[in-house]
Amino acid sequence: MDVGDLLEDKQICICAGSGGVGKTTTSAAIAMGMAARGLKVAVLTIDPAKRLANSLGLPELGNEERMIEPERFAAHGIEMKGELWAMMLDAKRTFDDLVERHAPDEEARDRILQNRIYKEISNAMAGSQEYMAMEKLYELHQEARYDLLVLDTPPTRHALDFIDAPERMSRFIEGRSLQFFLKPGRLGMRVVGRSGGVLFSALKRITGIDLLQDLSEFFQSFGDMAQGFSERAQRVKELLGQRGTTFLLVTAPQREAIDEGVFFWRRLKEARLPFGGVVVNKVHRDFVAMNGAVAGTDSPEDDLIAELERFLDGDGDLAATVYENFERYQALAARDRENLARLTERLDDDCIVCVPYLDEDVHDIEGLAQVNAYLFGSATERREILEKSGV
Amino acid sequence: MTTMPLEKRIVFLTGKGGVGKSTVAAALGLVATRRGKRTIVCEVAQQERMSSVFHTEGVGYHETEIADDLYAFSIDPQRALEEYLQLQIKIKPIYDLMFKNRIFTYFAAATPGLRELVTIGKVWELAQLDRRVKRGAKYDLVIVDAPATGHGIGILRTPKTFSDIARVGPIKRQADAIYDFITDSDLTSVCAVAWPEEMPVNETLDLRRNLHEELGLDLDRVFMNGLYPELFSDDEAATVRERLEHDEAANGAGSVVLRAALRAALSEHRRATAQREQLQRLRAESGEDVVELPFLFRAQVDMEAVAELADVIEDRV
Repeated sequence: MDVGDLLEDKQICICAGSGGVGKTTTSAAIAMGMAARGLKVAVLTIDPAKRLANSLGLPELGNEERMIEPERFAAHGIEMKGELWAMMLDAKRTFDDLVERHAPDEEARDRILQNRIYKEISNAMAGSQEYMAMEKLYELHQEARYDLLVLDTPPTRHALDFIDAPERMSRFIEGRSLQFFLKPGRLGMRVVGRSGGVLFSALKRITGIDLLQDLSEFFQSFGDMAQGFSERAQRVKELLGQRGTTFLLVTAPQREAIDEGVFFWRRLKEARLPFGGVVVNKVHRDFVAMNGAVAGTDSPEDDLIAELERFLDGDGDLAATVYENFERYQALAARDRENLARLTERLDDDCIVCVPYLDEDVHDIEGLAQVNAYLFGSATERREILEKSGV
Repeated sequence: MTTMPLEKRIVFLTGKGGVGKSTVAAALGLVATRRGKRTIVCEVAQQERMSSVFHTEGVGYHETEIADDLYAFSIDPQRALEEYLQLQIKIKPIYDLMFKNRIFTYFAAATPGLRELVTIGKVWELAQLDRRVKRGAKYDLVIVDAPATGHGIGILRTPKTFSDIARVGPIKRQADAIYDFITDSDLTSVCAVAWPEEMPVNETLDLRRNLHEELGLDLDRVFMNGLYPELFSDDEAATVRERLEHDEAANGAGSVVLRAALRAALSEHRRATAQREQLQRLRAESGEDVVELPFLFRAQVDMEAVAELADVIEDRV
């Protein structure tokens, strides 16, 4: 199985995973691979490495998608049969745009954009980035200008946080609980009920901040928009569960990352969301197994050191160092193999694609092409590439 | 002479996800206890990583002893907020009213930076020799395993923001006290953990700039984690490459394992070289005291691994 098969007939591919596992690179590689196959693809990314962004010609990229010139790929011998578009997600901008679209008039819009609570939510509140990623995804899907959308999700602690984001966010914006305390009056909202009054004054005394004004303004301004927001959140949720959507988990072969992967898979199933597969990045190459032999059986330790010494003009020190290094590499490969087994215990072997730990960081089109060789290659092709690479 | 990080009261550790912050935090904790300091390592954002390193149950919002003189604690902002308000509002009915109403959750979420403020406030509280919490034990050192870079600096910035917004009241006074504490380089050390790759180095350099511009703070140490050893010189690598290519081209006598071992040597050389470039970049652009940490060729990060790192950093912190 390869990523190409996995994404056949899909319109949306969501790459999820915890921080530091190479999600952004993987998203870009997948988008590039599918575009090369002839699709019109847009990748929505969060924060690509500067060198990667530069190599794609995206340093000045904003919150709108832009097409990456086919010449950039041609220069690396990649024939781009389709089109690759990319954008960098700007949560604050997306939120502002949304307000602009839903606000009844200019005055209402400005009131919201200036509101202290709105600023906090749109900038920093946990979940807003995730919510806005979904929002942008929904918007692009509605416009139906692309064959495939690839979403690189924000780096959350847990790969899943973003799934619940739309609902959490719309619940907040509706502010149903607050409506028990706040009633619209002529001069904005006023606090009703004895408990409400006590609560607000206690808070004001402690924090020194009179939030009442901001809160009342916020919920009043959003009052008319709240309905629209929650309907939209509902539709985003439906979009995530539809047949044309697939979730790919991006992970690394370390124990923690693998365990989180299994957890993610289970949660997706519980939420009835379509799970597509797992991409395991930075897998340490098993140099021996790769060549069809099993470690240790071919050449016992002393034999190997002796053979190395012979090969390296009798340089015993160098031979010993090469051996020592090889042992370490094999140990890492064994560790990865063990951790991957934890994954295959639960998940179908067929939905796991491994990308080896390449000798250099991936930060340009060349590197993406290398990653793609694994993502899109058949098992035999992958092996052939491995045998050729590294030397 | 400037104070060494572990001789201060708070060590704030931040860095991009996946660079091994928790492991470095644990190693720092171990070094501190070797010096006889009663130390607590705080996790922020409920990761419970400490528990997995020390093979204990989830520590949660309890000061839990995980090794001799070494404690762990996981800061849950909600609990910290409740604790804080309980100390402030001594009238129980009002306190109950607040927490029995769901509205309060909204408030906590909506008040700009309140979660961050109570988080850093809790760190500060733990570092006080005169603990506010009843029966709270004294710690010589608090090590904070902070969230990833962006959010990490947010937490440090909060006291100042609050102090500016709230012109009066208890929060203003406390925010000022926290701000003074965390910006005093004799009391608080802000350190970063990096990894020798493009993105983590970029983030570290950004962090350094932002810290300086926004808070006038300097990074005390940068821990460059995960460095491969430089086992082979360029000449040796060239020899290995030449022999391997020759053997392959001639379909020579080299066994499968031999070729694999030579390939692994070349791979190590390339990686170590690329990593040194990132290390140089970090050193060139940042004037900080960079501490090099080796890549741990181990199956799992456990106590032994932490002890190995502790030995390496001992003299530098």
